[in-house]
Amino acid sequence: MQRILKSALVALWFMVLTFPLLAIKINPVSKTVSWHFDRVAMLAVGIFVLALGWDWCFSRKNRGLPVFSLPQNITARMSAIANNMALRRASLFFIVGALVAMPLTSSLYQTNIMISALLYVMLALGLNIVVGLAGQLVLGYAAFYAVGAYTYGILFQHFGLGFWACLPLGGVFAVLFGLGLGFPVLRLRGDYLAIVTLGFGEIVRLSLQNWSDLTGGPAGIANIPRPGLFGVDLSLEGSTTYIYYLVLAAVFLTVLVIGRLRNSRVGLALKALREDEIACEAMGINLMRIKLSAFALGSCWAGFAGVIFAAKTTFINPSSFTFMDSCMILSMVVLGGMGSISGVAIAAMILILAPEYLRAFSEYRMLIFGLIMVLMMIFRPQGLVSGEKLTYRISALLAKGKGGAA
Amino acid sequence: MKPVLEVKGLSKNFGGLRALNDVDLTIHQGEIVALIGPNGAGKTTFFNCITGIYVPTEGSVTLHKGEQAIVLNGKKPHEVTALGMARTFQNIRLFPDMTVLENVMVGRHCRTKAGIIGALLRDPITRAETQDSIDKSYALLESVNLHEVYHETARNLSYGAQRRLEIARAMATEPQVLLLDEPAAGMNPQETRELEGLVQQIREQNELSILLIEHDMGMVMSMSDRIYVMEYGSRIAAGTPAEIRSNPQVIKAYLGEGDYA
Amino acid sequence: MDFQYFLELFFGGLTRGSIYALIALGYTLVYGIIELINFAHGEVYMIGAFTALIVAGLLGFTGFPAAGILVVAALAAVIWCAAYGYTLEKVAYKPLRGAPRLSPLISAIGMSIFLQNYVLLSQTSDFVPFPRLLPEFDFLEYIGYIMGPSDFLILVTSTCTMVALTCFIRYTKMGKAMRATAQNRKMAMLLGIDADRIISLTFIVGSALAAIGGVLIASHMGQVNFNIGFLAGMKAFTAAVLGGIGSLPGAMLGGMVLGLCESFTTGYISGNYEDVLAFGILIVILIFRPDGILGKAKVQKV
Ligand SMILES: Nc1ncnc2c1ncn2[C@@H]1O[C@H](COP(=O)(O)OP(=O)(O)OP(=O)(O)O)[C@@H](O)[C@H]1O
Ligand SMILES: [Mg+2]
Repeated sequence: MQRILKSALVALWFMVLTFPLLAIKINPVSKTVSWHFDRVAMLAVGIFVLALGWDWCFSRKNRGLPVFSLPQNITARMSAIANNMALRRASLFFIVGALVAMPLTSSLYQTNIMISALLYVMLALGLNIVVGLAGQLVLGYAAFYAVGAYTYGILFQHFGLGFWACLPLGGVFAVLFGLGLGFPVLRLRGDYLAIVTLGFGEIVRLSLQNWSDLTGGPAGIANIPRPGLFGVDLSLEGSTTYIYYLVLAAVFLTVLVIGRLRNSRVGLALKALREDEIACEAMGINLMRIKLSAFALGSCWAGFAGVIFAAKTTFINPSSFTFMDSCMILSMVVLGGMGSISGVAIAAMILILAPEYLRAFSEYRMLIFGLIMVLMMIFRPQGLVSGEKLTYRISALLAKGKGGAA
Repeated sequence: MKPVLEVKGLSKNFGGLRALNDVDLTIHQGEIVALIGPNGAGKTTFFNCITGIYVPTEGSVTLHKGEQAIVLNGKKPHEVTALGMARTFQNIRLFPDMTVLENVMVGRHCRTKAGIIGALLRDPITRAETQDSIDKSYALLESVNLHEVYHETARNLSYGAQRRLEIARAMATEPQVLLLDEPAAGMNPQETRELEGLVQQIREQNELSILLIEHDMGMVMSMSDRIYVMEYGSRIAAGTPAEIRSNPQVIKAYLGEGDYA
Repeated sequence: MDFQYFLELFFGGLTRGSIYALIALGYTLVYGIIELINFAHGEVYMIGAFTALIVAGLLGFTGFPAAGILVVAALAAVIWCAAYGYTLEKVAYKPLRGAPRLSPLISAIGMSIFLQNYVLLSQTSDFVPFPRLLPEFDFLEYIGYIMGPSDFLILVTSTCTMVALTCFIRYTKMGKAMRATAQNRKMAMLLGIDADRIISLTFIVGSALAAIGGVLIASHMGQVNFNIGFLAGMKAFTAAVLGGIGSLPGAMLGGMVLGLCESFTTGYISGNYEDVLAFGILIVILIFRPDGILGKAKVQKV
């Protein structure tokens, strides 16, 4: 009862709070006011329910219980899958099969959506190296994406270079930018680093916007060619399918690379950096080197993704690389779980595909991205998929196991 | 006996505060040396200065490696560790979300080489190195009796276990000098006794010297070969446990007016 | 003539700078107490501008005198922004006390995106004209060529606000409690200061200042939009860092310096890179002198 009263009070508070902005809309030109009391009423009901849920979530959180039980089921099931080799192979096979078959069975429109979803998977996984593994909060990731895209755009426009020549170059330039940013920020604390990378991202975007001679200014660069396939001229459908497979291959490569990296000596050092910088350095890890590696690896993927993006849309301008885009990629990492490959990939898919297929949802897309970041931090900071522990083969135990069996 | 670590005239100022004032300290091969003093005496600051975390205001730190004398001042913490000094932290600094085994494996970093290319290619050399690193880390866990929980997340360990894990992690860097900052803090007497045994065992099994900061006088007196006493950033006494026990200045400054021993 | 141009730029810079300073104070107050970059602070400022717009619009139809409308609208903006600031802290930051340092920052970024889109969805994505409410000052005729009525109003209001804030922090009991909490939260709590209340108070005060900034800028520029908060917020943060984050005089000084820099580069060089300049200053300061002009260096304890 007390809870209900409290929730009602909270709902009332929010009604008052949001009243001017939600309920009143002024049109200064026609000098009319439109009232929207329905919105406030709806919000009040929503807040009432949320406030009940909020308390419930906190009581669970304070008792050390997981807040979201559904994802918990998924994780349990996933770990069951992960432990069952046959099932794991089967499901992996199924997912890969579905992804490979996708463009053959769906429309051009859907293939295009899937391409952008996969591009975001790639971006999110790349950012996951820097934020998820190494714990360096980078808020200007879209800048590296832009560097990749503009590498292709500019090199094509001025030198006529093709897609395949630009793909590695896009990666190289992005890495150069990554190192250029990485060097000066080595000593910075977490939150200052975040702000500096934000500033860096904005400077890159503003420069693209203002340096018209090179970048085409706000209008951007148009007529960028799609990738060619051994000189064969492809139809629009053909080349879309081609790009789809290209992106898919790139995503598989990304997953492979990050999977291997995470398992390695460098991956361990990155995680140690995330957990405790001072202890990390005291354990003999060269902070400068490991941080720069993280920046280089992360920006590299954004560069590749940028080149592919330019080839896919054939048209680029600075407005595709704003702070909001960086935040979108970040929210995928946050939702998926820092450092988790499957989680981040799934989160990127959900966050891109859901607004496309649920039209009602699409208007609220950024609103929900923002909300996700807040709620995840409060209730499930480890992300949807968490607790992925790597297993190690320990010779001593294996030998013992054999000895016991014999 | 030949010296392993020689510290001369070490001083450190924090603004107006002189946290270390002209401190000399020498550790010989195989010795266990204790550094004691009341809270805020500057013991942890001393550790931070000789491991490169703080830059000392004055003084020199020299590590003797065979015939070589290596000056440590001005070196970065990771270089100091690579040269053979490893430490634990007073306020435990593990990697809390990594597993116990991974924590120790991080310590192997400076003794292994595989880079990004190796990680991606997984060539036989890299694989062998990784396996070696896993096995050595596991062996270290066995020595601190944590091998059964090697797959547990570090933050879930008990306080005492975390302290032992820090020691194992430091040992993974194959140090010549091991620096322990209050390893028994927060442990019960039983755990403290076990820790004493562990430290002794580490010293015997590896050719190393140990510098120990500790407030537990029982442990300090029974374990150390020599003791240095600090107060207000200065060294006020040095000697064997027996000498320190009867040093009037120490009794007054450190143990207070009450009697100890 | 040249000198007149210089004066124009100078006062233009001061006007701008005093707005940055007002918002910067909010960043600095919050950072001083909980070491959080309150990323959503710029959004509170934007909400202030919108609230004022709505209230002014409503009153405008009733035929209220213009100066009266401005005062009422400003008051409403201050009250609602304070409420938003308070709620923001309770919802998005308080549950994250003691969480890893980056968690509240991410939460703050999320909140900033959320609030922007909340206003976008509930109001409009277009620029909305803000009614002309500024009174004319006769005596300004003499210096009218360097300073318009809105510049004058902004300078006077923000100066008064800053003086008031300084007095509040210096001399009132609550202000002293705030300073104590900023210096050492644990100690302050031991001495019976309710840290939660002080933190709430900080958000309320900071948000109220941002609201004043929002109203002033809206009447100065004559229009508002849902995403004015981001850039203004970043610039104000730059000002806070420039002056030394955590330091109140620093925030004021930083705001003025940034405003003047912007005004002079725009006036003498080019307006294209005005925003680049702000971000450039931010980066350079954070990298080379993260403690700013007036901040004290902090040593990390091990
Ligand atoms: N980073 C720092 N900045 C300023 N002062 C510091 C810093 N680190 C330590 N000090 C000061 O130096 C003095 C010595 O501190 P230190 O931590 O070395 O003491 P300690 O002997 O380790 O004490 P304890 O037994 O409590 O661990 C203290 O007065 C402390 O406040
Ligand atoms: Mg200490």
